[in-house]
Amino acid sequence: MYRYDQYDQTLVDERVSQFRDQTERFLAGKLPEEEFRALRLRNGLYIQRFAPMLRISIPYGLLSSEQVHTLAHVARTYDKGYGHFTTRQNMQFNWPDLARVPDILADLAKVQMHAIQTSGNCIRNITSDHLAGVARDELVDPRPYCELTRQWATFHPEFNWLPRKFKIAFTASQSDRAAIRVHDIGIQIVRNEAGELGYTVYVGGGLGRTPIIGVKTADFVPELDLLSYLEAVLRVYNLLGRRDNIYKARIKILVKETGAEKFRQMVDEEWERIRHGELRLDGTEIERMRAHFTLPDYESLPAVDASYESKLREDSAFAAWARRNLHPHRQPGYAVVFVSLKANGIAPGDITAEQMDAVAQLADRYSFGEIRATHDQNLVLADVKLSDVFAVWQQLRSLNLATPNIGLLTDLICCPGLDFCSLANASSISVAQDIFDRFESLDDQHDIGPIKVKMSGCMNGCGHHTVGHIGILGVDKKGEEWYQVTLGGSAENDASLGDRTGPSFSREDIGDAVQRIIEVYLERRDSEDETFLGAYRRIGMAPFKARLYPATAAA
Amino acid sequence: MSALLRVDGGSAITYAPIGDDDAVPENGAVLVSFARWERDRAQLDARKAPLAIQLPNTADIATIDPAVLKADLIVLQFPSFGDGRGYSQARLLRDARGYKGELRATGAAVVRDQLLGMVRCGIDSFELRADQSPESCMEALKDFSIAYQPPADDLPQIRSLRRRSMST
Repeated sequence: MYRYDQYDQTLVDERVSQFRDQTERFLAGKLPEEEFRALRLRNGLYIQRFAPMLRISIPYGLLSSEQVHTLAHVARTYDKGYGHFTTRQNMQFNWPDLARVPDILADLAKVQMHAIQTSGNCIRNITSDHLAGVARDELVDPRPYCELTRQWATFHPEFNWLPRKFKIAFTASQSDRAAIRVHDIGIQIVRNEAGELGYTVYVGGGLGRTPIIGVKTADFVPELDLLSYLEAVLRVYNLLGRRDNIYKARIKILVKETGAEKFRQMVDEEWERIRHGELRLDGTEIERMRAHFTLPDYESLPAVDASYESKLREDSAFAAWARRNLHPHRQPGYAVVFVSLKANGIAPGDITAEQMDAVAQLADRYSFGEIRATHDQNLVLADVKLSDVFAVWQQLRSLNLATPNIGLLTDLICCPGLDFCSLANASSISVAQDIFDRFESLDDQHDIGPIKVKMSGCMNGCGHHTVGHIGILGVDKKGEEWYQVTLGGSAENDASLGDRTGPSFSREDIGDAVQRIIEVYLERRDSEDETFLGAYRRIGMAPFKARLYPATAAA
Repeated sequence: MSALLRVDGGSAITYAPIGDDDAVPENGAVLVSFARWERDRAQLDARKAPLAIQLPNTADIATIDPAVLKADLIVLQFPSFGDGRGYSQARLLRDARGYKGELRATGAAVVRDQLLGMVRCGIDSFELRADQSPESCMEALKDFSIAYQPPADDLPQIRSLRRRSMST
């Protein structure tokens, strides 16, 4: 993985000092609250319902075991002993004390971590495929390009005060696991007919209040022009993005109001001007970056491991877990292990300090000391030998991290909601719990098959509800919590936005509504192989509507 | 009273602001709006004294009249803490239009915590907000000693530092 050199470290250390000074000036009454707000947000610090919330950056979701131990230390020392993985592969702490945040940042800096640009109207953490480097369908490892972009975006002086937040995601595989079409900029690494590497670029996708699928602005940007192209897009946005209305300030609105063709032309003009300048990468920079993401020291193993196969036969609980929580690895004899953070009774994405330490130890022992965070709020041990998988499962199970539900209904993603977030209209964690209770039986879940349920407690859409196969959005109706439901969204290659079912459901009825939707699917699918999304696209909304709103249908 | 600050430590000239409908005095450095300059440019350009033009932060720098670039000072506006258009205008003035004259930031966001970013985009003088101390602002310019991005200022750029260390 990427390791800081002296320059990266200098910048992060200088940022800690700068933020310490800003915090001290604020606490001494020398910095107005409104200005400190803008400054602290650029360091991931929100003031939430009960306490500040600090969001730590995890570039493209990749962590070393040492970093995970430090997150555990932060959870224990400065928080209530746990942390929360977000839908953008970051980690949030919900209970730090404002005055001690500079100390947290200093501790993080020692292991090459920070909270830079994890909120505020600036370029946020760069996200990518959680299977980067191990997926079978990958063209190249996207992470060197993510890191080049991260460095370009870090403290970019021109783009620190954008109209609104700005999110960039990369993928380099055939199936998009990074949801690039719903990012401000989504980049697919491709090879052209001449065999050269480059980027297909999508701009203006996004969730939140006005969900939109991004439009393609370039079929092929050459590999060395990555930063100049990004800079051109950002410059056009910074100059022309709307600043009169926060709800219309994202780049998606600029693209829509300008028109995709005209927008593309403006970007191209600026890009032509700067692409041969200082931002042009040279081959050695890319090579240097690639050298940080070399393959681990894999053993040469047969594709089949006898001990693993026999454990599968002997232990049905292990087999059920392996069926859901393993992903095929590129390297023979290895598997990708998903660590489920979706256990019953636990808010999706939450993890205790003890669990963090234990996962870090597992990574050291079985997976080359690295851990990944996924945007579905789970963790991944990417390089586990098949012969070790059983031992890893046993330990994960004793840690309550082996719920065999990856990709199934209870692997739902969910924002912190009204329980923690000051923006939320409605509780989301309790609804997640309700759904968990209804569908906990694994047989039922396996029968339902792969499905993505995504839930947000407000329009900002941190839970990505608009691209859930079933999306749930908390709304406030005269002080009561209600829930709108959408069907048929997807953030993958076939990206689409969900359709509203109709009137929203009360807190008591939302669980029933989800159950009825599932019933309609089970009755109407043409075979067990037809997924929920496939069935919805075939049969449409009408059968679901009829079941959800029988009275209206009768009237 | 707002202090004027120059990055190079020199003393900034005070330009007398002239309202769009005020008479232009025969002598002395004056500051006019872009609209006023467009209207009376013949008269303004004929004067022998220094001229400053203040651009609205919606001005399209890429296509702006090259005659603007002959001003002794161009003033960019940073009206609120979150309005960062002036940063891109500054980059375009320096990089795309080759403006070499003095570039000054004015407005409510010209404060200590934004100054380094402005300098890095090519702004070299400041009309500080009234509550800002010039000494404290100069201190803030030392917050970072290096940068990842190509400079419009003097901070060493990490990419070239790395290239240098790789070639030795």
